Amino acid sequence: MSTAAQTHVKAGKAPRTLTDKAPRKPWTPSQIVLTLLATAVSAVFLAPLVWALFTSLKSETEAVEVPTHWLPKDWTTQAWQAIFETGNITNWFVNSFVVSVCVTAVVLSVSALAGYGFARTEFRGKNLLLGLVMTGLMVSPAVLGVPLFTTVQQMGMVDTYWGMILPQCAPAAMVYILYKFFQGIPRELEEAAFIDGAGRWRVFFTIVLPLSRPSLAAVGIFTFIASWNNFLWPYMVTNNPDLMTMPNGIATVMNSYGIQWAQLMAGGLMAGLPLIVVFVFFQRQIVAGVAHTGLAGQ
Amino acid sequence: MTTSAQTVIAPSRARTAAAGATVRRKQGFQHGGWFVAPFLALFALFVIWPLLRGFYLSFTDANISGDATSFVGLDNYREALDDPLVWESLGNSAYFTLLVVPCITVLAFLLAMLAHHIERGKWLWRLCFFAPFLLPSTVAANLWQWLFNPGTGMINFVFGGETPWLTDKSYAMLAVVVCTLWWTVGFSFLLYLAALQGIPAHLYEAAKLDGANAWHRMVHITLPMLRNITGLVLALQILASLQVFDQAVVMMDFLPGPEGSTRTFVQYTLEEGFTSYRVGYASAISIIFFVIIAAVALARMWLLRNREEGGR
Repeated sequence: MSTAAQTHVKAGKAPRTLTDKAPRKPWTPSQIVLTLLATAVSAVFLAPLVWALFTSLKSETEAVEVPTHWLPKDWTTQAWQAIFETGNITNWFVNSFVVSVCVTAVVLSVSALAGYGFARTEFRGKNLLLGLVMTGLMVSPAVLGVPLFTTVQQMGMVDTYWGMILPQCAPAAMVYILYKFFQGIPRELEEAAFIDGAGRWRVFFTIVLPLSRPSLAAVGIFTFIASWNNFLWPYMVTNNPDLMTMPNGIATVMNSYGIQWAQLMAGGLMAGLPLIVVFVFFQRQIVAGVAHTGLAGQ
Repeated sequence: MTTSAQTVIAPSRARTAAAGATVRRKQGFQHGGWFVAPFLALFALFVIWPLLRGFYLSFTDANISGDATSFVGLDNYREALDDPLVWESLGNSAYFTLLVVPCITVLAFLLAMLAHHIERGKWLWRLCFFAPFLLPSTVAANLWQWLFNPGTGMINFVFGGETPWLTDKSYAMLAVVVCTLWWTVGFSFLLYLAALQGIPAHLYEAAKLDGANAWHRMVHITLPMLRNITGLVLALQILASLQVFDQAVVMMDFLPGPEGSTRTFVQYTLEEGFTSYRVGYASAISIIFFVIIAAVALARMWLLRNREEGGR
């Protein structure tokens, strides 16, 4: 049984992975042209980030100097020191981290359970509930922000961690993705275990979950990125600077009284760099994760 | 794993499990509810209830505290239809969508072709094209606000001219669009890249043997094989673009932009709800928005179903 499970994992992974491995080939003219093109395009993509980095290493007066220039004349870490000394940026960082980790953990457990429940068990009203989940795909804080806010307000969760975390934890899309995935697992694997006398829960934890690792990773990665970068909901639910997350704090507090551009760029890089650094190391998993969750919408 | 499973077999349960699918289904019946329950609790509280509540509030004159409300029937909806700002902000969101969706689809496709056909440093190009997507929307917006800054920004410095990007109503939305393209094209790019890598190589080999040149292979193999993914990218982008808010609002310092030209629909609902405290009215226009979003999503499902049936 365990070998069957392993081969299935491999088979499940194979079709969608984006592999880097291309055999080394000689430089042909077309490859040279493509590489030059890619270099130019990449430069355009990275230029704004480089520009932010250089700005953050200028003094505030030099940052707004006219005419503008790329490299700082006097390299200084003033802006970086200032955001750590005066601002709440470390608070925001911790808040972002706590919120994203909690949201990811809850979303993963809740949507794995629900996806399996919809895919493999029968209960009264299942089809009606599935229909509701499909409706949920069209609801977001952007669409129903005001009623969602008053609901959270009634629960007394405005300006709390709970109020920030819980409304991000009912992702119909993730349930739907895992539901589709669980449906694709061959029933025979589970049936063999049932005949061995295992119950639903045991089958779920010892057979289904290990088989689903790539899908769960995909959902987890996507949820973490979305939650780390979420602006709209934290913006609505709190205006207490101590509770804000990175995107929220940077956009509202740092923008509020006369923008200090060097500091703003430093703060922005602080918010963006963690994910980019993580991305450099876990590139394959993240790419597969984002592509997988996206493609599941097909 | 197997041994531990066997040790726990109680005779009665083993018989139940072996008795076949119907019994198993019954067993599942008991547990099914529990599997779904935690999700349903959250879903009911934070999706279904706000939806119903929004629907209810849209027929009242509720304020932000939710107190002292009276039933006003269809007044909010009537007012919405006559409210020029509803139409203007809806138009702004639609204009944004019209600009972003085709551009992002074409760009994502071209970038994916580039990254797919290049043989060296694939991971590096992928990283460069995708990296902006990992930034929070507000950071991307601040970055481009800084780049578009008329006096000190890099855009005017590099391309010359003194275009008032953020302060003139004919440029403001374009600036938001450029920021959005840079920020989100990486996502669609990855979808296209995955789809390109999923096209079986033997199709191309067979075509080559038949003497098809690169252009023919692209038109007759690549593009048709990408039809599904294009539908997906379009649908996801339309739904996301109609809900635009973050970039526009941050680039314009939380104001509606020059002459209200970047006030998006989401922004207008929040202005009514949180600035004017008219929760009832804000709920009504939110429900209208929900209907629009749902119509787009249903239209896509309908198209998909038609195509499947047509294909058979």
